[in-house]
Amino acid sequence: METQLRKIVDKIKPTFSKGGRLGFLHSTFDAFETFLFVPNTVTKRGSHIRDANDLKRTMIIVIIALLPALLFGMYNVGYQHFAAVADPASQAMWFKCWWYGFVRMLPMILVSYVVGLGIEFAVAQHKGEEVNEGFLVSGLLIPMIMPIDVPLWILALATAFAVVFGKEVFGGTGMNVFNPALLARAFVFFAYTPKISGEHVWIRGFEKGGAYADGFSGATPLGYINDSVAAGAQTLDFGGTTPCDWFWGFIPGSIGEVSTFCILIGAVILIYTGVASWRTMLSVFAGGLIMGWIFNLVGGNAYMEMPAYYHLLLGGFAFGAVFMATDPVTSSQTNAGKIITGLIIGMLAVLIRVVNPGYPEGMMLAILFVNALAPLVDYCVVQVNVRNRKKRLKTAK
Amino acid sequence: MSKGDKEPMFSAKNLKLLSGPLSLNNPVIVQILGICSSLAVTAKLKPAFVMAISVTVVTAFSNLVMSLLRKGIPNRIRIIVQLVVIAALVILVDQVLKAYVYDVSKQLSVFVGLIITNCIIMGRVEAFALGNKPWPSFLDGIGNGLGYGMMLIIIAFVRELLGSGTLWGYRIIPESAYACGYMNNSLMLLPPMALIIVGVIIWIHRSKNRDLIEK
Repeated sequence: METQLRKIVDKIKPTFSKGGRLGFLHSTFDAFETFLFVPNTVTKRGSHIRDANDLKRTMIIVIIALLPALLFGMYNVGYQHFAAVADPASQAMWFKCWWYGFVRMLPMILVSYVVGLGIEFAVAQHKGEEVNEGFLVSGLLIPMIMPIDVPLWILALATAFAVVFGKEVFGGTGMNVFNPALLARAFVFFAYTPKISGEHVWIRGFEKGGAYADGFSGATPLGYINDSVAAGAQTLDFGGTTPCDWFWGFIPGSIGEVSTFCILIGAVILIYTGVASWRTMLSVFAGGLIMGWIFNLVGGNAYMEMPAYYHLLLGGFAFGAVFMATDPVTSSQTNAGKIITGLIIGMLAVLIRVVNPGYPEGMMLAILFVNALAPLVDYCVVQVNVRNRKKRLKTAK
Repeated sequence: MSKGDKEPMFSAKNLKLLSGPLSLNNPVIVQILGICSSLAVTAKLKPAFVMAISVTVVTAFSNLVMSLLRKGIPNRIRIIVQLVVIAALVILVDQVLKAYVYDVSKQLSVFVGLIITNCIIMGRVEAFALGNKPWPSFLDGIGNGLGYGMMLIIIAFVRELLGSGTLWGYRIIPESAYACGYMNNSLMLLPPMALIIVGVIIWIHRSKNRDLIEK
């Protein structure tokens, strides 16, 4: 099978090489060839230690790590929908729930990939460069951090915005300052606010009306908390969900973010394969906890007195910590920098949640803000190291 | 130049003062001046248009006045004299706007007064009017005002059309489109998107005029 494929690729290769009949498409051809096989180019001068693992293989590991959260997210779409229409019989059938979510999720993933890769291929073709593989992960992340009911044209527009203004203008994969997937979400958040916030977007088909159970609001636990804080309640209203539900993921929310458990499976895969930094993940969680404890000490309202670890289970905190903050391009490059930026992300996210009633979820804005900060943190870390070494040199003399 | 051969009023050189700032020497997209107000007043077309005219008037007349005074002002106090002239003109414009287009004047609020701080005006006075005769200075002022105004109107066109679905207050995008699920892009109404639009205009402009691209 594999050798068959190799033969076919080799056979059509001359057509796409320089001078061939379809030579102008050589970027596109290269992209597919290196996607299927590890490129056989070798370095010519000097000696380099090389790993068999290249960027495309790295990306695929991230995709694999995303799968648990994705599959559970699909299931949860159906689960929440059947809960909303008060259909416990369907709700109990896990495959029916999953299929319901899968059918809705598939067009979103396709739209994201077609638009994003379309732009990437067009740009690479225009510049005559290799196609950047960075979008493989972004293309899956974008639909996973959207509410299930987001219109496809908005998704397409947000993807295009993120790829063009988040990536291509900076020079493509590896050069972007901001995480493209979060940029797509931020675009929808600021441009089409009603489609990504409030109570009606998290459950499939909620907006269109229909026979829904009485008293079913569709808000996320964070939405409930925000409402009860705004009403000045003494105890927080979690909308009938428990921390256990938040951990396993039986709550309304963006598709990929709901199940902390599935995200942790992904985190284990990423850390085991060394693709993502455990320092970033750990320090984001630590930052969230520290800020939560600070609020516990300060007190004030019921939200500030909420147990700190609740924050880690709610909303997009875990998803952001594992898949967004660890983005090797936009996060800090130095080890100390990773810990510092991670702590800032965790603390900012909780700070925004608790203090700013306009934004029930602060993870997206915290990560985007720290993306901009990361180069500065790296600079400081490097300078401190240079100074310390100079000092050591002086004392040694 | 001797006394006898007078340059015609619209010689090629003078016309260039008018046309240069429209594209190759545009104050907004080439010199990157006046960005602040072009982000602030361009959410709607009407205020942008009024702003464009106001700035054109102020630039033209401040250039003219300063060019007339240029030989009589000691160099050390020229900045304060310029400020007095510009401030007087801005107050005049402000009063005229309040008298005739009160609603737009309210929308523009502080930004009319802030024309004083627009770098284009001071820049043209310093760079051109202090070293040239009144008539070319006047033309230069008009040209730069129009170049700035043109950018304002392009940005406001995009922002009002996509952000509010209207142009000059009239509905352009039909109600039926909204019924089909179309939505206004509220990011367009926020200043960051205006900056991105300026960036896109610069991008298109530079790709047409490649010699403007910095090395």
